[in-house]
Amino acid sequence: MLDILAYAAFFLVTALTYGIICLGLNVQWGQTGLFNVGVAGFVAIGAYTSALLTTPDAAGRFGGFGLPVWLGWIAAPLVAGAAAALIGAITLRLRADYLAITTFGIAIAIQLVALNAETLTGGPFGIGFIPRAFAGLEDQPVIFNLANLLLVGLVTALLYYGLERLTRSPWGRVLRAIREDETAAQSLGKNANLFRIQAFALGSAIMGLGGAIGAHFIGFIAPENYVSAMTFQVWAMLIIGGSGNNKGALLGAVLVWGLWSASGALLAAFVPAEYQARAAALQIVFIGVALAALLVFRPRGLLGEEKIVSRFLKD
Amino acid sequence: MNLQFIADGLIMGALIGLGAIGVTLTYSILRFANFAHGEFLAWGTYFTLLLTAAIGALVGGSGTLGALSFGWPVILAGVIAALLTGLVALALDRILFARLRQRGNAIVMVMASFGASMALRSLLEFLFTSEPKYFSRDIQIALPLGLGIRLTPDQLFLLLLTVILVVAMERFMTKSPIGRAMRAVSENPVLARVAGVDVDRVIRATWMIGAALACAAGVMLGITVQVRPFMGFDLLLPLFAAAILGGIGSVPGAVLGGLIVGIAEAAAVQVVGADYRAAIAFLILIAVLLIRPAGIFGVRE
Repeated sequence: MLDILAYAAFFLVTALTYGIICLGLNVQWGQTGLFNVGVAGFVAIGAYTSALLTTPDAAGRFGGFGLPVWLGWIAAPLVAGAAAALIGAITLRLRADYLAITTFGIAIAIQLVALNAETLTGGPFGIGFIPRAFAGLEDQPVIFNLANLLLVGLVTALLYYGLERLTRSPWGRVLRAIREDETAAQSLGKNANLFRIQAFALGSAIMGLGGAIGAHFIGFIAPENYVSAMTFQVWAMLIIGGSGNNKGALLGAVLVWGLWSASGALLAAFVPAEYQARAAALQIVFIGVALAALLVFRPRGLLGEEKIVSRFLKD
Repeated sequence: MNLQFIADGLIMGALIGLGAIGVTLTYSILRFANFAHGEFLAWGTYFTLLLTAAIGALVGGSGTLGALSFGWPVILAGVIAALLTGLVALALDRILFARLRQRGNAIVMVMASFGASMALRSLLEFLFTSEPKYFSRDIQIALPLGLGIRLTPDQLFLLLLTVILVVAMERFMTKSPIGRAMRAVSENPVLARVAGVDVDRVIRATWMIGAALACAAGVMLGITVQVRPFMGFDLLLPLFAAAILGGIGSVPGAVLGGLIVGIAEAAAVQVVGADYRAAIAFLILIAVLLIRPAGIFGVRE
């Protein structure tokens, strides 16, 4: 019974971490219509930034500054957001798909740095001994996981509330105006490019925060955690939950992560060891097909975009 | 300084250029960046590998041509595989892209192609595992060409094949009716339709040509390096970089862009080592977007 509770809490913390990343993607895609194929890259920036700042000093590696965890949580979104602002400034003035191609490229570049810059990132072995929140409770898994769930749940709730406010603010309305009709928004004096860069940076900053939270919960990061399959999962979460809807982003994250974990557990239990890698590939095939089918048959996802006019106009 | 890297870059560049032709055509005619294009390379190569084995089993013997490491079975298999890859592309268009095209949101098509690429690649991994496969395990003796440059007979053959394919493509695009129709649709789809161009036929031709050239590029990579499910995906960024560097819609631009990316990668390996090879295409991409987003042969929109 306690085991199940511990696992449920563990599962929810991981799912909410994805939920936070998904909320970031919703700012970019759902609100502004920016297609980011480098989600995993920005998550990695956040995770590595926080890990470098908070781990104890390590021989043969730069950093390990031993700073408190909350400082890592603040630095991670700042660095990820700054990187995104730079990329956005270069590409967002061009054709829409150039952002897709460039973010695809930056995810590859970040993966290379994570793999090869051993003095900075620990190379293929990654970084261990990342301090965990409530580390003192680690010997009691139930309480430890529940405490983390409380903390991550609180962060998610705050983020959700903030983003809901932002969506309904004049700033959020400008984003949707640009998405729907850029020329009209510009004729009203809105600098479309500047708003896009802001939205892109904010979304990526949130992804960076998600990366840091995940890194501090597991306590270990390695380059293989941040490959294109992760980008793909987060996209599936947002599209299934309903893009343009913050509730949808969180619902999709919990749902897809649940399906992913359950199918993974089934594979581990019933598929012989020598076929496991093959079966895992099939898992990705199914998500790919599901994503494509959803785009064709039900592009609004489960919840669909929330109609938002103004907080002064209820419907 | 050893100039061998130029020859190596030329080979890589040639096959990146061949692959980039498909990217640039889909981008200019169908108006979206196709992330599934790399999978056409991989699927074409696996088709070729299977067909080569089938032909070998049917006819017996897998003779080699002259000094090459492969014989006519690979060439015949490659031609059939190019057709099959084209059919895969057409099928993908029919079940996925055609439906989304009607809605007219280009970025949703990009996203769909991203999903399709993930599914197609993982399907290859499921069928063939991620274990690398080879067309031939023979070691070829490289011929000295002067200036310290050496090429294997295979590499010379593949360079020649690229030149033939590119010249044929260029003549096709400028001289044949369907090639001219393709350029018309890329310039202005509405006007082309009004002028009586069969746009659906143009779209089918675009998929077939792009996928067949991708298959050729994949087989080249398979023969000179190895065959893996991720081979196309790993080449996707160089393909995009080459297409954008050359100017979207330009066939010679894509090939020139491919050669530049290939040689730049090989040169970078000399300077910074092989670890960061894959980042070169990204740097070139950023540089082009900063300095001349329209590319070498592109027109400013």
